[in-house]
Amino acid sequence: MESTFSQNYFELFALPVSFEVDSNTLSEHYRELQRTSHPDKFANATDQERRLAVQTAAHINEAFRVLNNPLERGKYLLSLQGINLDEETDTRMDPQFLMQQMELRESLESVRDTQDPLAKLASLLQEIENTMSDMIAELSVLFANANDEAYKQARDTIRKMQFMHKLRDEVEELEEDLI
Amino acid sequence: MALLQISEPGQFDAPHQRKLAAGIDLGTTNSLVASVRSGVPETLPDEQGEHLLPSVVQYLKGAAPVIGAKARAAATKDPLNTISSVKRFMGRGLNDVKSLGSQLPYEFVDSESDMPRLRTAAGDFSPVEISADILRNLKQRAQATLGDELTGVVITVPAYFDDAQRQATKDAARLAGLNVMRLMNEPTAAAVAYGLDRGSEGVHAVFDLGGGTFDISILRLNKGVFEVLATSGDSALGGDDMDHVIAEWIMQQAGIKDDADHAQFRRLMHVARDAKEALTGNDNTMVKIELSDGTFWEGELTRNKFNELVDPLIRKTLIPCRRTLRDAGIKVDDIQEVVMVGGSTRVPRVRELVGEFFKREPLVDIDPDKVVAIGAAVQADILAGNKPDGEMLLLDITPLSLGLETMGGLVEKVISRNTPIPVARAQDFTTFKDGQTALALHIVQGERELVTDCRSLAHFELRGIPPMVAGAARIRVTFQVDADGLLSVSAKEQTTGTESSIQVKPSYGLTDNEIEHMLLDSFDHAKDDASIRMLREKQVEADRVIEALTAAIEENGNELLSQQERATIDASMQHLVTVKAGEDVREIKKAIGELDKATQEFAARRMNVSINKALTGHKLDEFKN
Repeated sequence: MESTFSQNYFELFALPVSFEVDSNTLSEHYRELQRTSHPDKFANATDQERRLAVQTAAHINEAFRVLNNPLERGKYLLSLQGINLDEETDTRMDPQFLMQQMELRESLESVRDTQDPLAKLASLLQEIENTMSDMIAELSVLFANANDEAYKQARDTIRKMQFMHKLRDEVEELEEDLI
Repeated sequence: MALLQISEPGQFDAPHQRKLAAGIDLGTTNSLVASVRSGVPETLPDEQGEHLLPSVVQYLKGAAPVIGAKARAAATKDPLNTISSVKRFMGRGLNDVKSLGSQLPYEFVDSESDMPRLRTAAGDFSPVEISADILRNLKQRAQATLGDELTGVVITVPAYFDDAQRQATKDAARLAGLNVMRLMNEPTAAAVAYGLDRGSEGVHAVFDLGGGTFDISILRLNKGVFEVLATSGDSALGGDDMDHVIAEWIMQQAGIKDDADHAQFRRLMHVARDAKEALTGNDNTMVKIELSDGTFWEGELTRNKFNELVDPLIRKTLIPCRRTLRDAGIKVDDIQEVVMVGGSTRVPRVRELVGEFFKREPLVDIDPDKVVAIGAAVQADILAGNKPDGEMLLLDITPLSLGLETMGGLVEKVISRNTPIPVARAQDFTTFKDGQTALALHIVQGERELVTDCRSLAHFELRGIPPMVAGAARIRVTFQVDADGLLSVSAKEQTTGTESSIQVKPSYGLTDNEIEHMLLDSFDHAKDDASIRMLREKQVEADRVIEALTAAIEENGNELLSQQERATIDASMQHLVTVKAGEDVREIKKAIGELDKATQEFAARRMNVSINKALTGHKLDEFKN
């Protein structure tokens, strides 16, 4: 029998290895797994079993976090193929995408000076969300193709998505500052 | 001759098997203890029939501390020795405490440690010790009412409490001699109290405004699972602040100067609180206060004026409300119900503004003062093992991000806020110089980018790194947050497998040594023999280990253990049984450790079996397709 910790996240959650994940099934299986491993189910057990429960529940939480988030799920699928993002060493990026990023960042920086900064932020946020939805749709197709060229393209898309994620965080931070 | 008691067949009445457990709401203003009796969770009253214990302690020279209503009544006359709202100081540094307001009527002792101590006639006390006195009182009340020792308690904390504040709460319980089965977030406890009551499903918001803390949590209820989606709040905002703004208004109106004495401030706070409470049911109230020259000032405070004064405070709660909704990925319209918790939600203006924000009438049908303790009692009953087949499960999250200080005083986030707990995350570090054998880490909690804007939790020093050239070592530091929301850290050098020792210096908490000391002191105080007590505790622990292991072997020892493995475990367990009968604490401890080691693999296999079983049905379904 394979150990909980050595199974891949999809196996652990009894899901097919795929970019497409049914979020209801995922949540339902998550709750089932937590029902068995959560430390509260071991309140009267020995210290050892409680430690193990904490570790197992933490592992399940981590797996859930990855499977539940398209960006993390994509990265994880690539890692199962032995592909990593080399975030620190690989800095090449599609010039057109970089231009778009710069424009978005410029409009973010000038938000404070506009008449209705919150409205401007909302539209910026919408633009980011739209771009990310497109990227997720792209990843669905690429991972379904499941060949080397598709994985290479998926890696590019995921790297771009990370930029968008970071940008979204910054927009939300600014929004919080302004409220 | 006594008659033999015989129970009806199949209805085993074994009262000694039911474990006594209680839920404790350790509040800023009031504290409560509740327990499940005959299947019904209820708060326990004191001898006078009062359920609420004012969280006030008066220290007298050469006498036991006075706790509760009597202490509160003494506050105006003896302000320096009467400590109230001590929860606001838990896990806080002296500077934080000072920034809470120059009007705190206490004398703080300048000490070397960052932990504030309050000077009283009976000596200097830390907030942890003062809270322990309140907890001791509740413990006595529970044991007197329930008629036996408590096996364990669940203590509630604001969801927005940071690690230091949680640790301080747990330390206080330890000092009071309580076995804490779990720290439970107050909004989660409230949701349990409501959820079980109504059997409702869907997404709910819990708005919890107490005396000194504010929390907002968004939860999803699904077939007995309470899943916290996001939480936010302000651990220094509550009804006390409303009292303050009223007091300031009175000072202005009555011409009281800022340099008034402690007793005058206490009187002001009292009058302010009474006025606030009166305005819950009335449109106006008369305010009367004695001035330092013995004359009286009298004036009217209308509901409208009051609303105007407290509006900015209430609006401060709406910012976290907005943030949690976004963090949870939920729109206002998705919220099915808004549950109100905490005494300050009695203020009509609070209900009004919260109702406006969430676009629905908030729920107030369980007494907002009692709802948290009731939820905690339900959870305590389950954790004590009184409901083995209970469906309920609480999945909580960490309210604040955990990070590390990096170059230039910046924070690198390791675990972000609203991450489900328990959680473990590893981070690799390397050395900067050749032959470096130690590494210093600074852990902070908060959302801001700069270390100085976050709360410092602890400084860790990793020692015993094998000397290597700079950059060659790979030190993996694992941060783990348990189900109580408490952080622990472990470290291992990856290339050589050396475990680094970790020295923790909590920024505002107590060290283990300090707690040991206080425990010994309190045992002396209780004329209890510390060593007997320690032996007893170890024996109880040994019993628990033996009991749990016996049950585990019975359940699946045959399928999971080879004969040889079984023999090793049996021998180790037999050894523990033997030393347990003796009086050598160290021997018992050692035997527990050995048995622990002998059963490690067995425990891991058992966990795998149950995890695999959990989704077996689903796996079969998928094969059919």
